[in-house]
Amino acid sequence: MKAQLLIASVAIAAASVSISAGSAKADFPEGPITYTIPFDPGGESDVTARFQEQHLEEILGVNVNIRHRPGGGGAVGWSEFQNNAEPTGHEIIGINIPHIIAQPILREDAGYTTDGWEIVTFFHQTPNALIVPQESQFESLEEVVSYADENPQAVTLGGSGTFSANHLETLRLEREADIDVTYIPFTGTGPLPAALQGGHVSGIMNYTMLGVQLEDKGRVLAVSSEDRVSALPDAPTFRELGYDIVGGAYRGVAVPEDTPQEAIDTLREAFAKTNKRIAEKQRPLGFVMTDITGDDADELVNQLREAYGPILEAQQSN
Amino acid sequence: MESSLYEAFVAILDPVMLLTSLVGVTAGLFIGALPGLTATMALAVLLPFTFSMPPLQGLIALGAVYMGSIYGGAFTAILINTPGTPSSIATTFDGYPMARQGRAYEGIASATIASVVGGLVGVTALLLLAPPLARLAVAFGPAEMFWVALLGLTLVASLSAGSLLKGLTGGCIGIMLGTIGVAPVGGETRFTFGLPAMQGGVELIVALIGLFVIPEILSMAATVRGAVPEEVAKLRQNVSIVSVAKRIFTRPVNLIRSCIIGQLVALVPGAGGNVTSLVAYNEARRFSDDPDSFGKGNVDGIVASESSNNVMVAGSMVPLLTLGIPGAPPDAIILGVLLLHGLRPGLDLFTETGTLTNGFILSMGLGALLLLPVGLLGGRLIQRAVVRTPVYFLVPSIVMVTILGTFALRNSMLDVLIMLVLGTAGYFLRLLGITAPPIVLGLILGGIAEQGYVQAVLTGAAYEVPQLALVKNPLSIVLAVLVVLSALTALLPQWLERRGATKSPSPRE
Repeated sequence: MKAQLLIASVAIAAASVSISAGSAKADFPEGPITYTIPFDPGGESDVTARFQEQHLEEILGVNVNIRHRPGGGGAVGWSEFQNNAEPTGHEIIGINIPHIIAQPILREDAGYTTDGWEIVTFFHQTPNALIVPQESQFESLEEVVSYADENPQAVTLGGSGTFSANHLETLRLEREADIDVTYIPFTGTGPLPAALQGGHVSGIMNYTMLGVQLEDKGRVLAVSSEDRVSALPDAPTFRELGYDIVGGAYRGVAVPEDTPQEAIDTLREAFAKTNKRIAEKQRPLGFVMTDITGDDADELVNQLREAYGPILEAQQSN
Repeated sequence: MESSLYEAFVAILDPVMLLTSLVGVTAGLFIGALPGLTATMALAVLLPFTFSMPPLQGLIALGAVYMGSIYGGAFTAILINTPGTPSSIATTFDGYPMARQGRAYEGIASATIASVVGGLVGVTALLLLAPPLARLAVAFGPAEMFWVALLGLTLVASLSAGSLLKGLTGGCIGIMLGTIGVAPVGGETRFTFGLPAMQGGVELIVALIGLFVIPEILSMAATVRGAVPEEVAKLRQNVSIVSVAKRIFTRPVNLIRSCIIGQLVALVPGAGGNVTSLVAYNEARRFSDDPDSFGKGNVDGIVASESSNNVMVAGSMVPLLTLGIPGAPPDAIILGVLLLHGLRPGLDLFTETGTLTNGFILSMGLGALLLLPVGLLGGRLIQRAVVRTPVYFLVPSIVMVTILGTFALRNSMLDVLIMLVLGTAGYFLRLLGITAPPIVLGLILGGIAEQGYVQAVLTGAAYEVPQLALVKNPLSIVLAVLVVLSALTALLPQWLERRGATKSPSPRE
C-alpha cells in the first residue's frame, strides 16, 4: 500500500513535471517580448522592426515592444544585452553584420563579443551599391577603376560610418582592383543623398535601398550581391564585372546564450513567417530577404570574419 | 498640382482629420513641455499607432505632434528656466527673466504668436518654394557644415553676457563633452574610461537637462521660498493676447528676419531646431537698437527663438520630401513612415501622390493655427500648475520627471548619472559665472565642426594641401568670411571697451 502510494505520488510528480515542462514548451512566449534596436529610430533596422512588430504580435500572440538603446554604432546596446539580458527568449536584440564582426576586432574593449549570444536568424540583407550622380563622368565601374588607377586618392566615395559595411566594401574594392580611393565616412545613410546630389563626393558606396530611392538622381554602377537585386534589375553585380565582392549589411536578431532551444525555434519560425508577409513591402525598397539560421548563421559570421579580418587588422596597424 | 492641393484641402477638413490634428497638437504640447521628452521621442512613440491609420491620418498625427512639441518646449523654458526640448534653449534667455518680472503670461503669449506665425511661414515656404530651396540644401557639403558650425560657435561671445573668457571656457567644456564616445569620423573610442556604456557619448538632451534643470532646482531648493518667485505666480496681468500681438506685428522686422533665418538653417542637413533658434536669437540681438536688454527679459528674444524653431518644423521637410534628406533629427522618423507607406521622397511625391503630400503639408499649417487656442488654454493650465504647486512639491516632482525623462531617452541609468553629475557641476560653474548656454552650444556645434572638417580635408586627399578643400567652393568662402566678420563684431566691442578701460586710468599713472 505504502509502496503503491509512493509509486503513485512519484508518478504524479513525474507527470506534473512533464506537464509543466510540456506546458513551458507550449507556453513560450509567456509574456511580452522586448525587441531592442541598438540604433536611433528611423534607420533601416528600426523601419524593419516596425514592419515586423505587428506580424510578430499576431503570430506569437503577445505584445512585442520595440525599444531603442543607441550608442557606439550599436556597441552600447549589444554590450548591455550580453551582460544583462535574461535567457528566456523574451528579450531579443537586433544584430548587424559587419558591426558585430568589426567592432570587437577594432576596439580594445567593445564591451561584447561577436559570438556572445545565440543568433536566431538573419532575416534580410542590403547589398552594397556603388552609386554615382546622374551627371557623373563615370558610366561604368570600369571607368571608375581606370580613373582611380591614374589618379590615386582623387575618387572620393562617401558611405555610412567608419568600418561599416560600406567602408569594408570600399576597402575590398581597393584590394580587388588594386586602386587607391578616398573613403569619406558620414554619420549613417541620412546625409548621403545630399552628398551625392550636391556633388560633395565622386560617388557613394551605400546600400541598394538608396539606389532605389535615388533612382532618377543617381546611377548604380554595381551591387555586392550574388545575383542581381530585383529592385534594381539593370545594375550589374561586382562578380559579373570581375570583382569577387559579395557582402553588405545583414540584419537579424539574437537572444542570450543558454536560451532554451524551444524558444529559439518558436522565434525563428515567427520571424520566417513575418518575413514572408513583409517581403512584398521590403523587396521594392532594395532589401534582399534571407532566412539564415542556426549553423548557417554561425558559418556566415565566420566566413565574413575571415574576409574582413585581414582588412580590418591592416587598417588597425596603419 | 493645384487640383491635388484643393483635394488635399478638402481631405484635411474631414472631422476625423481635424480631431486627429487637435489631439496631436495637444499631446505634442504636453510632451514638449516635459524636460527630457523631445519631439523625436514623441514621434517615435507615436509611430506604431499611425500604422493602423490610413496614410494621411497617420501623417497628420505625426505633423501635429511635431508642431505641438516644438512649441511646448517654450512653457518650461519661460516658467522654470528649463527648455522642454532643445529647440527652446534660446527661449530661456529672455523668457525666464520676463517671468521673474511678473511677465510670464506676456512671454507665453509672445511665444504662442511667434510659433503660430513661424509654423505658417514654414508651411508656406514648403508649399511654394520646395524645389528651389531643396537645391540650396544640397549645396551644404562637409566644408560648408564646418563653417556653419564655426559661425554658430561665434555665438558664444554674445551668449556669455559680460565675460568673453567665461563664455569661451563654457564653450570649450561643451566641445570637450562632445568628444566623449565613438568618433563620428574614424570610429575610435575616446574618453570612455574603459566603460562600454560610455561609447554612446553624452547625449545632448542629457546634458541639456543636467545643465539647465538641476542648477535651477538646486537654487530653488537653496533659496527655499523664492523658488517660483512671487512675480511668476501672478496670473492676472494687465496684458491681453491682443496687445501682445499688436506689439509683435507693429514691429515685424524681427519676426520676418527670424522666420527667414529659421527657414535657411532648417535646410542645412543635421542642424535642428536648437541651432535655428540660437542663430535667430543671436541675429535678433545683433540687429537690435538695444542689444544690452537681451537676456534681461526682451520679448524680441522669445519671438526670435520661437518663430524660427517652428519654421523649422515644415521648413526642414523641404529637403526631406524633395530629396530624402532629413533636415532635422525628428525628420528621420517621418522619412521612415513615408517609406513604410511606399512613398518615395522626390518630386513624384508632389505630383503622383500629391493629395497625400499636400494634405500632410496643409495639416501642419492647421496644426500651427491650432497652437493658438490649444496653447493659450493649455498654457494657462501648465502655468497654473507650475505656479500653484508649493515648492516642496514642485522641486521633487520636477526632479522625478527629469530623471524619468532622462532614463526613457535611451533606457540608460548611466545617462541619469551623467545628467546628475553634469547638473551638479553646472550649479557650481554657474556660481563662477559660467552658464549653461555656451556649454550646450559647444556640445552641439563641436561635433558638427569636427565632422565637417575631417570629411572636407579627406575629400582633399589628392591635393597637395588637403585643407584647401575647406575653401574650394564660393559658398564655403562666403561662409568663411562670415565667420571672420562675426568673430570680429563680437570681439571688437569688448576690445574697444578694454582699451578704453586701460586708457582711462593711464592719465593717473
